[in-house]
Amino acid sequence: MGLTKESVGKGAAERRLVIRKRSENDRVIALAGNPNVGKSTVFNALTGLRQHTGNWPGKTVTNAQGYCERNEKGYVLVDIPGTYSLFPSSAEEEVARDFICSGDADAVVVVCDATCLERNLILALQTAEISPRVVVCINLMDEARKKGIEIDIDTLQAELALPVISTEARQGKGLDDILATVEKLFEDEKTTSSRRKSSPEELVTEASRIYNLAVVSESGSYTKGARRLDKFFTSRYTAFPMMLLLLAVVFWITIEGANYPSELLSRLLFSLEPPIHQFLSSLHIPEIAVRALTEGIYRTLSRVTAVMLPPMAIFFPLFTLLEDLGYLPRVAFNLDCVFKKCGACGKQGLTTCMGFGCNAAGVVGCRIIDSPRERLIAMLTNSFIPCNGRFPTLISMLLMFFVGTSGGIFRSTLSALLLTLIILLGILMSFAASKLLSLTVLRGIPSSFTLELPPYRRPQIGKVILRSIFDRTLFVLGRAVSVAAPAGLVIWLMANINIADTTLLSICAEFLDPFARILGLDGVILMAFILGFPANEIVIPIVIMAYTMGGTLVDMNNLNMLSALLMENGWNWVTAISVMLFSLMHWPCSTTLMTIKKESQSIKWTILAFILPTAFGITVCALFNFIVNLFV
Amino acid sequence: MSGRRRLCDIAPGERARVFSVSEKSAISRRLCDLGLIRNTVVECIMKSPLGDPTAYLIRGAVIALRKEDAAFVTVEVISDGAD
Repeated sequence: MGLTKESVGKGAAERRLVIRKRSENDRVIALAGNPNVGKSTVFNALTGLRQHTGNWPGKTVTNAQGYCERNEKGYVLVDIPGTYSLFPSSAEEEVARDFICSGDADAVVVVCDATCLERNLILALQTAEISPRVVVCINLMDEARKKGIEIDIDTLQAELALPVISTEARQGKGLDDILATVEKLFEDEKTTSSRRKSSPEELVTEASRIYNLAVVSESGSYTKGARRLDKFFTSRYTAFPMMLLLLAVVFWITIEGANYPSELLSRLLFSLEPPIHQFLSSLHIPEIAVRALTEGIYRTLSRVTAVMLPPMAIFFPLFTLLEDLGYLPRVAFNLDCVFKKCGACGKQGLTTCMGFGCNAAGVVGCRIIDSPRERLIAMLTNSFIPCNGRFPTLISMLLMFFVGTSGGIFRSTLSALLLTLIILLGILMSFAASKLLSLTVLRGIPSSFTLELPPYRRPQIGKVILRSIFDRTLFVLGRAVSVAAPAGLVIWLMANINIADTTLLSICAEFLDPFARILGLDGVILMAFILGFPANEIVIPIVIMAYTMGGTLVDMNNLNMLSALLMENGWNWVTAISVMLFSLMHWPCSTTLMTIKKESQSIKWTILAFILPTAFGITVCALFNFIVNLFV
Repeated sequence: MSGRRRLCDIAPGERARVFSVSEKSAISRRLCDLGLIRNTVVECIMKSPLGDPTAYLIRGAVIALRKEDAAFVTVEVISDGAD
């Protein structure tokens, strides 16, 4: 779930990298290495940037660059997606190969995982045959020590004939040595190249020989503890119950934890409305503009913030903890068989998980899938996974119509379980859609793939919380707020512009109403989904705005009042289920669609990405209402 | 138990030495990048709960392969890895 401005913002799909030097003399240094060796951590520590890190192979999908200085010399550092080889087998590996082989980099630092050095040395040797200046950085030395792996750096250095340094990037140890060593390479005007080219097998044999000389490992890198955890997370009887339990627990903590802060935040923001109104009025702005600003923009903004912020601030860190631990690749391992049956790639399990955070991030993440056919399937079906922006809608529907709004542990447990069920339905639908695609427009047989299950790592809890709040939560909130403001204005205008004594809002709602009724919705709800195209978070706030518009000011601080308002407008449990189903399956948000357009480079696939979930949603909702009408 | 078998046929806990990787395999190149070549010792770690794929310990890393990919690798079983 690499959810940062880098990954889903503008230019995320730019494959070619333009190096931004600050002066002509700046040196360009590439950070290369196998997937999941802590490259991004090294990069962040050296540049002070916050490139997303996590514990699964392939989370860096684009080149990122940063700047650092040492002894008044400037360096442009480029974080390259992890690669096993410079002979690429996937789109992201091509990025790595192109950059190293193009000669754009003055030096390459090959970051290696000390706990899996034998394989990591293969890439180091391969890089040394191509690039003129190579420094080998053995990272995760602390992890290796814990596993009883001893590495003789001097022997390594002598045998590789390359400068070798050891680092513990997460602790910030040894980082200065990296630049110092690079600097020395430039000063000595020494190059490490002039090697003959070896065959791939020779590289493996050579890496193995050097490894055996320099490394002593008593128990091996795959420890007893990891074996036990893997048994637990992936064995026949415990794997799926554990997956469901973890999912339910994450939702339970989110619902239970977000409840009180949400209400508090809502009270606070609403109590600020009158003073803001007064302040704006005192500026001698026309009254109509003041009302548009407060009743339109400010009220929508505060609803979106109150509804979104608390669950997000809880969900993201929890999810990041699982990610840091290394659990997500196990999910992909458990589910691969199902993906294969759907004609898709097992790594789609990883992008599915990322979809929980944000579908756009999930779509970018699809680059880890090697086969173009399977990559498209993963991209087109990602929006069936309810993203974080849709949780509040789902949760509030559950609480108001099925669980009851009175507090208590029972309430949150039941709603967490129901939410898990709904999400399972979404996952099921994404399987069905994948199968449908692989039988029709994206026919083909599942291709080969390898999936690395990285070692478990103890999550750095403090850093995780900080990072998820600042990098993810605020970024997503910022995006939602920036689209909620204009949407609030639009809905306010629609409610206040009268055409022949009826508001534009009711005209539009009435126009949509007949079709919406077939789906079990009403015109207002469908319009809210349409206006919510830029961000799913604003759907329910828009519904509330539309229902309360023109009427007296209703304080929608708690769910009881909201529930009463919805009932007044003709809602019942069938409406609630239809809203949940349609929220689960409708067009992807604009950010996701734009990302699909960039990633697929095709209007055709983007249109299909819009139609596919919408068609599913319309069919399922219409079918559900048809059946209900038969019985009720 | 010894003799040549396909990698997909060895059971969790068994260790084997690679005899050959078929050129026909679409991922023979990738397997080589991962360090899986002739004479590499591989341990079968676990099967996924639905029976496929299977995770193998290859040069210190745990790599999952699908049945049809592992079938391209011929191995000689060396022990049942009772440790």
